[in-house]
Amino acid sequence: MSTLTVDEAPAVSRVSRPPRRRGRAGAIASVILLWGYAAVALAPLVLMALGSLRTEQDLADKPIGLPLHPAFENYAKAWSEGGFSSYFVNSIVVTVGSVVLGAGVSVLAAYPLARYRFRGRGLLTAYFLAGLMLPIRLGIVPVFYLLNSIGLIDSKIGLICVYAASGVPFSIFVLTAFFRQLPMELEEAARIDGAGEMRIFAQIMVPMVRPALTTVALFQFIPLWNDFFFPLVLVEDHNYTLPVGLTRFVAEFESSYAELYAGLVITTIPLVLLFLLATKQIVAGLTAGMSK
Amino acid sequence: MVQAQRRLKPRATGGGHARRRSLLIFLIPALALYSVFIVYPLISALEYSFYSWTGTRRGGFAGLSNFHDLLTKYPLSEQVWRALGHNCLFFVGTMLIQTIAGLTFAVLLHKSRRGKRFLQTAFTLPHLVSPIVVGYLWSLMLNPQFGAVNAALRGVGLGSLAQPWRGDPHLALPVAIVVNAWQWIGFPMLLFAAALAGIPEEYEQAARCDGASSWQVFRRVTFPLLTPVLGIVSVLTFIGNFNVLDLIYALQGSQGNPTFSTDVLGLLFYRTAFDNPDANAIGQSSALAVCMFVLIFGVSIAANRFFRRMEDRLR
Repeated sequence: MSTLTVDEAPAVSRVSRPPRRRGRAGAIASVILLWGYAAVALAPLVLMALGSLRTEQDLADKPIGLPLHPAFENYAKAWSEGGFSSYFVNSIVVTVGSVVLGAGVSVLAAYPLARYRFRGRGLLTAYFLAGLMLPIRLGIVPVFYLLNSIGLIDSKIGLICVYAASGVPFSIFVLTAFFRQLPMELEEAARIDGAGEMRIFAQIMVPMVRPALTTVALFQFIPLWNDFFFPLVLVEDHNYTLPVGLTRFVAEFESSYAELYAGLVITTIPLVLLFLLATKQIVAGLTAGMSK
Repeated sequence: MVQAQRRLKPRATGGGHARRRSLLIFLIPALALYSVFIVYPLISALEYSFYSWTGTRRGGFAGLSNFHDLLTKYPLSEQVWRALGHNCLFFVGTMLIQTIAGLTFAVLLHKSRRGKRFLQTAFTLPHLVSPIVVGYLWSLMLNPQFGAVNAALRGVGLGSLAQPWRGDPHLALPVAIVVNAWQWIGFPMLLFAAALAGIPEEYEQAARCDGASSWQVFRRVTFPLLTPVLGIVSVLTFIGNFNVLDLIYALQGSQGNPTFSTDVLGLLFYRTAFDNPDANAIGQSSALAVCMFVLIFGVSIAANRFFRRMEDRLR
């Protein structure tokens, strides 16, 4: 049966090939469309990078142009006077802290949800997964008063707790799926050898789901790094992260376009680096669960 | 096979006492974090909406009067409907651009060989950038005097098309929608691409054998198989639509300038909660939050059901 279809396939495609000329014109149009839009998608980002290296005067004279004499002082100024050094450090601390805490608690919870049998497991899983659909920003007012009452308002720790919690549903969703695929023999063998539950988890199970942990961490990192709403409400300037720091910078130095470009690049570069390092995981993660 | 695997799973009784204790250690951190910082605040918001507030002091039970305020108390009554209308336009506009362009690009990329990886990366890159950065970047580019967009138009001899893009109340919202679509287009494209890759080639070959044209193959074979993805894309776009706040904030300020022409519910919710002269800001904003919650949830579930039924009919 299978050999039959394999044998037939080339013949079928040869017969059904559309007329050559129309195909050629279509192909050219498709190339133009695709590369044309690629230019539209990239041009603003290129303009941002170029703008960050041009002087204020140059930008005012010619909106589009090359940095013939790269003005690195834009970065120096944004970094020190514009306050981006502190925003950058805050962003790193808050994002990394949230990702580590969120992924840590999620991997702990996902393990028994996927591999133990206990009463209420289905309900508990549903409780966590419901969070995938919850618009958590709508709870911002109670979050504010909650943090206020436990002394975590205007603190990075408070922000980290909220962020880490916001990532739990997605992380548990991905990690339980991975844990479920692992063969049972693994932990049975370990148990026979006398390993405790914690040891099985830490030394056998977690290393096996490392790819999933990478996906989960990446997918927390990007939106948290980019978020502006929670820091805007929950912390003051000295704890501001980059996106909300940008709004403050704009309010203060409205017309320093060159420095603003530098600030935009500073905010974006870490994500671009991350993307280039992990394109494969990101694309796979975006489309996770699509191909059955 | 499935049956056999299921039977292999250990019973809860297998580990006994130690196992039950470790179960708690495993579950409690996530449960606590998630319940305290996500679930509890959302339930509290519901509770808050039924009380009247003076500043941060909770007054008596107010029934539905906060909700009544939303619909009747000027300026809120006007702002809510306007913002909702803008959200609807935002959703429809974004969906049209994203679906048509995203699907076109996915189909073309599916067939092309050269530069596929690069093109996918290029289309997806804006997706990574913070909406705040996107907003400021585009507001610089759309500046009527120093902006790159008008400069480019003048450069190619289309200077007459140069506009005050962000300042014109009729243009501001469509411009925001296009900027938003520019940022998000890579996402539906990737989803469509993944679904296309999952369609067996035999389907197309079989249709071709029966004499179907390219368009007929797409219309009758490929497109119906993409309905589930279309469903996912529209639900996610709909939900994302209510989170559009950062982009507008950076592009048009917290008021949705000019004269509220780009105001959306996310922004209005923020202003009602934290920038509201009314003493009952908490009550009103919580009521608004509850309404948005119901809207998001209701429409998502209805859309899910609708697309599932459509899938069934197409099978």
